[in-house]
Amino acid sequence: MLADLIRWFTDPNMQWILAGSLLLGLGSGVIGSFTFLRKQSLLGDALAHAALPGICIAFMLSGVKSVGLFMLGAIIAGMLATFGISAITRYSRIKQDAALGIVLSVFFGIGIVLLTKIQHSGNGNQSGLDKYMFGQAASMMLSDVYMMGAVSVLLIVVCALLFKEFKLVSFDPGFARGMGLKVAFLEQLLLLMTVIAVVVGIQAVGVVLVAALLITPAVAARYWTDALGLMVVLAGVFGALSGVTGTLISSTLSNLPTGPVTVLAATALFFVSAVFAPNRGLLAKWLRHLRSRSEVQKYAGRAVVHQSQTVERGTE
Amino acid sequence: MKGYPLEVSHLTVAYQKKPVLRSVSFQIPEGKLIGVLGPNGAGKSTLLKAVLGLIPALDGEVRIYDRPYREQRKIIGYVPQRESVDWDFPTNALDVVMMGRYGHLGWFRRPGTKERQIAMECLAKVGMADFAGRQISQLSGGQQQRVFLARALAQNAQLYFMDEPFSGVDATTEKAIINLLHELKEQGKTVLVVHHDLSTVKEYFDHVLLLNGELVAAGPTEETFTPANLHSTYGGRIAMLADFATVPSGTV
Repeated sequence: MLADLIRWFTDPNMQWILAGSLLLGLGSGVIGSFTFLRKQSLLGDALAHAALPGICIAFMLSGVKSVGLFMLGAIIAGMLATFGISAITRYSRIKQDAALGIVLSVFFGIGIVLLTKIQHSGNGNQSGLDKYMFGQAASMMLSDVYMMGAVSVLLIVVCALLFKEFKLVSFDPGFARGMGLKVAFLEQLLLLMTVIAVVVGIQAVGVVLVAALLITPAVAARYWTDALGLMVVLAGVFGALSGVTGTLISSTLSNLPTGPVTVLAATALFFVSAVFAPNRGLLAKWLRHLRSRSEVQKYAGRAVVHQSQTVERGTE
Repeated sequence: MKGYPLEVSHLTVAYQKKPVLRSVSFQIPEGKLIGVLGPNGAGKSTLLKAVLGLIPALDGEVRIYDRPYREQRKIIGYVPQRESVDWDFPTNALDVVMMGRYGHLGWFRRPGTKERQIAMECLAKVGMADFAGRQISQLSGGQQQRVFLARALAQNAQLYFMDEPFSGVDATTEKAIINLLHELKEQGKTVLVVHHDLSTVKEYFDHVLLLNGELVAAGPTEETFTPANLHSTYGGRIAMLADFATVPSGTV
């Protein structure tokens, strides 16, 4: 295993893939922070599942495996899914969570049907589309890795430039609109960036689990800090760590899909954060509870005794 | 500046075909505290949001100092309802107040020392300077309301819209807020406040708008806040309506 690890590290192809996963995790963590704070975690998941039929249709129409075309297909499918969700909530009494559930499963169902059809067709085996379900980072071409890295960097740069706008839109969109900020545009942009993060991540992490790379690092980062800037950076670092760990383990162990391993790595980070983070962590909360209880008992001991006596007398 | 601070004509708003505001028209004089009153569902918040362009209007026109709303955004300040945001957002009091400066900063530019200084001054004005670095979920309801107020002050506006700033705050905060409103008024600014507590209307406001889906009455408090007008705004539901209107101001 160690020999495998060293071999992978020295392989230039693998170095690129690792760098790509790192950037992907970084970008997903950063954009995911805003998705999480805007309470759209489930929307990220719906968009990821909706991407599958888009990718399949793009492949069926063009007959070639091109990440650029796949991205176009996924973005169109993602837009259709968001339209579907808002149409359902607007024209019926169905609430957003139910609408998300409906749209997510319908799109995913269509995607699986199309995927099966592609695999049974002539050039299905070369497409490698089956890897899109759970991701296989090691199977990526070098050009895909470049694309993934470049897009992730672009996402991070946009988030850095529009940090103050994204912050205000996430915290108080009503106030932002009153101020004259282009809230609708910024919200659409954030949504588009979420779709893009999901789509570039699909090949490495897979349709089913890519949303976890978006949300879990952000949730974990929230435990450590009360400052948005630091939270976004931490979420990026956690995402990058998960991405690299997932790729490394899945490549060294016999053909394990990358997605599940990446998600497990992110979830491990989340558990550590939830338990050990200062202030918000469970351990810190428990200690605080113990401390305040012993303090209360010290000062209020006499009063408690007094009260229990009166209660006893009342029950006699 | 020329014209009324706010002039609304034939404003009609509907939520999914159900009309909430029907052809509301009024003008607001400059340098006054104006109370927007009415029963639940009368469209008070809707009026504010429609004027601010937060929700689309079916019909009607809103002019601020005789120009369309879009051109006047920089002279408008807004205090939304406290419940409208998630207070567990990762940010502190000073940071929220600095958001009031974003409109003046423009795209891409980050708030710097100058914005920080203005925000500190505004926090001090609402008596919250000691809480600048406090995470916002660690503030009490009254303190959160003051942070929102400080943010509106940081906008340095001419015309303010406040959506129920007195809801759920204690007597000290209510006093602090009303003092601040008077200060704004003395600087020639105009403040529109959605208000619920009828017993304080005569004490707080120079001018009232009585709303009940449509505009029932608008004008100086003395002439407009009458038992007859209140009856047609609230219906016969509140037996003490007459008392509110006849109690001389300053007794509370």
